[in-house]
Amino acid sequence: MSVNDVIMDAMIENNVGFVTTVPCKQLAGVIEKIEKSDAMIHVPSNREDEGMGLCAGAFMGGRRPAIIMQNTAIGVTINSLATLIQYYRIPLPMLISYRGEIGEPVACQVEMAVHTKALLDQLCIPTYHFHKEEDADELSAILNHAYMARKPVAVLMDASFWKGY
Amino acid sequence: MIRSDVLKTLIPLISDELVVTNIGLPSQEMHLLDDQPTNFYMLGTMGLASSIGLGLAMAQSKKVIAIDGDGSVLMNLGSLPTIANNQVPNFILLIIDNGSYGSTGDQTTYAGLKTSLADVARACGCDHVVECAAEDTAAAVKAALAAEQTTVIVSKCESGNIKVPVIELDPVMIKERFMASVAS
Repeated sequence: MSVNDVIMDAMIENNVGFVTTVPCKQLAGVIEKIEKSDAMIHVPSNREDEGMGLCAGAFMGGRRPAIIMQNTAIGVTINSLATLIQYYRIPLPMLISYRGEIGEPVACQVEMAVHTKALLDQLCIPTYHFHKEEDADELSAILNHAYMARKPVAVLMDASFWKGY
Repeated sequence: MIRSDVLKTLIPLISDELVVTNIGLPSQEMHLLDDQPTNFYMLGTMGLASSIGLGLAMAQSKKVIAIDGDGSVLMNLGSLPTIANNQVPNFILLIIDNGSYGSTGDQTTYAGLKTSLADVARACGCDHVVECAAEDTAAAVKAALAAEQTTVIVSKCESGNIKVPVIELDPVMIKERFMASVAS
């Protein structure tokens, strides 16, 4: 089974009902499947902080939310994470394309990659790093953990996980 | 009329509706004038009232009114194309446009200068955009509540604030009682 299918199955298994996305080439396959799925509402957003607002609203409306974004978005969303998602205790799995790791062709992506884990750590956000294909098998349990704990949870998926860029 | 005068005229219409109120004085004024479990007060995160409102409206079928400000809409201008391209029958974005950053000392916003937020909303693809004078806001909201369409209302009012206390409610309590109202 492709990693895209594993990710999609984990979301369906956990009853994810609302997904907002800011695209990344590595996440394109998953986003395409989400768009086609009848199980979840898909709302592309223009910025990731906007996406977190959408997810907060959807959660209060009774749907389990998730956000799909690049790791550069951590720089954009710190205020939204601290004052909305964490402050109001809203669960939010963040499926993150971890740009700037081994195999990255664009040097500038490394500049945010070196800050990504430090920022997540500073925010006390549980963080999981997918490096090998089989790491995706844990996604279902991670999603369940995020909704149980009512916390934002980060899943960093690097270029090796995606089998290159 | 200033923002708090406009809010007073809305209370008979929106008291029982799901309302998301913008950070700062709009939330504090609604909390002072008509605290309800159906009000979701934003205590932080300037700019996201319209996004929270849209996500809530898309996730369930009850009517949702997001009360936003011109400065906050300008901060999250990307929300307007998202609203335009995801129109649902139960969402109203009410922009109280007093042309100033009321919570921070009434500095002028660009909406108070050359930028028309109604024109911006139309250009983004919002199909039902109403710009009205402050005193006509209640009629516009009443019409929007009766219509089954996403409506953006830009209420042009005067700049100015009343003295209001900060909201001391715990954010989790605000959320929990709001979610209970949504689910009831």
